Amino acid sequence: MFKSALIGLLSMLAVLVLPQAAQAEYADVVINNYSDAAGMRPAVFPHWYHRIRFRCKVCHADLGFKFKAGGNKITMAKIIDGQFCGACHNGEISWSVENCGMCHSGVPGTPTQIHGSTVQRLVAPTYKKLGNKK
Amino acid sequence: MKMNQFFLGVVAFIALPMVVVQAEAAQPPMKEVKSAKGQVSSANVFNRLLKKEKERNMAPPEDGVHDPDNDNTHVLQPPRIAYDGLPTSDFGNYVDWVKALNDGLIQPRYDRFDPTVEPLVMDLDIVREVKASVPDVVFPHKPHTQWLHCSNCHPKIFIPQRKANVINMSAILLGQKCGVCHGKVSFPITTKSCKKCHSKAKPKDWKPPQSEASLKNPWR
Ligand code: HEC
Ligand code: HEC
Ligand code: HEC
Ligand code: HEC
Ligand code: HEC
Ligand code: HEC
Repeated sequence: MFKSALIGLLSMLAVLVLPQAAQAEYADVVINNYSDAAGMRPAVFPHWYHRIRFRCKVCHADLGFKFKAGGNKITMAKIIDGQFCGACHNGEISWSVENCGMCHSGVPGTPTQIHGSTVQRLVAPTYKKLGNKK
Repeated sequence: MKMNQFFLGVVAFIALPMVVVQAEAAQPPMKEVKSAKGQVSSANVFNRLLKKEKERNMAPPEDGVHDPDNDNTHVLQPPRIAYDGLPTSDFGNYVDWVKALNDGLIQPRYDRFDPTVEPLVMDLDIVREVKASVPDVVFPHKPHTQWLHCSNCHPKIFIPQRKANVINMSAILLGQKCGVCHGKVSFPITTKSCKKCHSKAKPKDWKPPQSEASLKNPWR
């Protein structure tokens, strides 16, 4: 009995010591369509940091970022041609693209997601409305 | 006998971290771990599903999404430093972005290059009466057009015509309509934020409609 209690206790400790559930800032976007496969850390885009400097309109209307995490199929080829992140991370508006680790800073293996979203925080899948009754 | 106890410990060892991981991923209830006689089973813990935020606005190296082994992670700015002095809220980034902007505490550009370009702001409120007992919804164009362009919403998300759009909470929670932004980047959907959207009190004599099935119930 004592032995199993001890092992149980150890496992409780392990839970506390093991990497905790992610607690990234609300609206941080992990973009990992290709990074893992190319041996790079996933890219992490902080909305909070950029919205202090730009309105949503700059990226989502002028630069054409779609409202969908991972939905823009961003690649380095597009970035160095001045699209997406490359419209600003070009040494003119912001530091340029050779600072790989500033963007590719995610924990390897983290899937594409928008962090802290309401859906991620639900205890069970979203409620679905009853059939097409009026 | 000894073997049995050892086995129990191993099961607990494997199952407990899984419980944590599963709860995080918003999965349906986990398999219970039976505990010994005279103790409350771990299936009957007080909070089975409640997830509490342990800390707000974590610095990148500690947030579980950024890799602390990456040197540049330690160069990234911790949100708390940037938020110092900004008005607070109870959800999302815990910053009241609308107030921060109106008070001139942040000056986000409306144009990528020119910091003097002014946004095209439209002050038009749209009231949507809600069938349920919660206050009616007021959609204010003003705070939206301060941040966004008309084309971000019209016509793809909303037809620009009063009452032409079907909106309900299920759609919003599935990430459609208002939920394209709210619950992702703009303030989220949570008990403390309901009244940000549901902001117009119901008329005094308003009563919720009664369910027919119960009105017709002969045993009542
Ligand atoms: C301004 C931010 C930013 C910087 C700086 C940056 N990247 Fe990227 N990179 C991205 C984003 C966003 C993606 C898309 C990620 C995905 O979907 O996996 C990406 C994708 C990639 C990919 C996979 C897709 C492809 O194009 O093959 C590789 C490899 C890559 N980056 C390498 C690098 C290297 C090497 C550097 C430094 C020379 C670098 N990146 C700098 C943002 C950046
Ligand atoms: C500096 C550029 C930039 C600014 C400013 C910006 N965003 Fe984004 N937004 C992005 C990027 C990058 C993504 C991720 C796209 C991808 O993964 O392909 C994104 C994704 C999103 C998504 C999709 C989330 C999902 O998974 O469904 C929403 C919604 C969104 N942004 C809303 C906003 C709002 C609202 C604002 C203003 C408060 C804003 N954004 C400001 C760049 C920006
Ligand atoms: C509209 C312009 C714009 C776009 C588009 C943009 N950024 Fe930025 N970004 C900036 C500016 C400006 C800064 C601040 C630079 C400075 O400190 O000099 C910045 C800073 C950052 C930082 C550093 C934050 C910190 O803590 O210091 C990261 C990471 C970043 N951007 C990632 C990205 C990624 C990934 C993308 C594409 C998905 C992207 N950015 C697209 C303008 C932009
Ligand atoms: C955040 C999303 C959003 C943005 C940005 C936005 N609108 Fe709207 N708009 C709405 C919603 C929601 C309605 C109400 C639709 C309904 O009731 O079905 C609406 C309704 C309208 C209507 C119909 C009003 C009426 O009385 O019938 C007009 C006209 C309109 N918008 C014009 C604009 C213009 C012009 C802009 C840019 C300056 C703009 N909108 C920006 C979401 C938006
Ligand atoms: C395209 C993105 C987008 C859509 C769609 C959208 N909003 Fe917003 N909303 C924002 C942004 C950005 C803000 C600024 C505050 C923030 O980011 O939290 C905002 C702010 C608000 C505010 C003001 C809060 C305050 O502090 O005064 C209300 C109310 C609101 N939204 C209601 C709605 C409703 C209702 C709908 C659907 C009919 C809707 N929004 C759809 C982006 C959006
Ligand atoms: C982003 C804005 C927004 C937030 C936040 C929000 N609602 Fe709603 N809600 C709406 C809109 C828009 C409708 C549809 C109104 C209509 O019928 O036109 C709605 C409808 C409803 C309805 C009527 C049933 C239905 O699905 O149409 C209920 C009940 C409701 N909301 C409850 C809540 C509760 C509880 C919260 C807080 C957890 C909440 N709402 C937060 C925008 C919001």
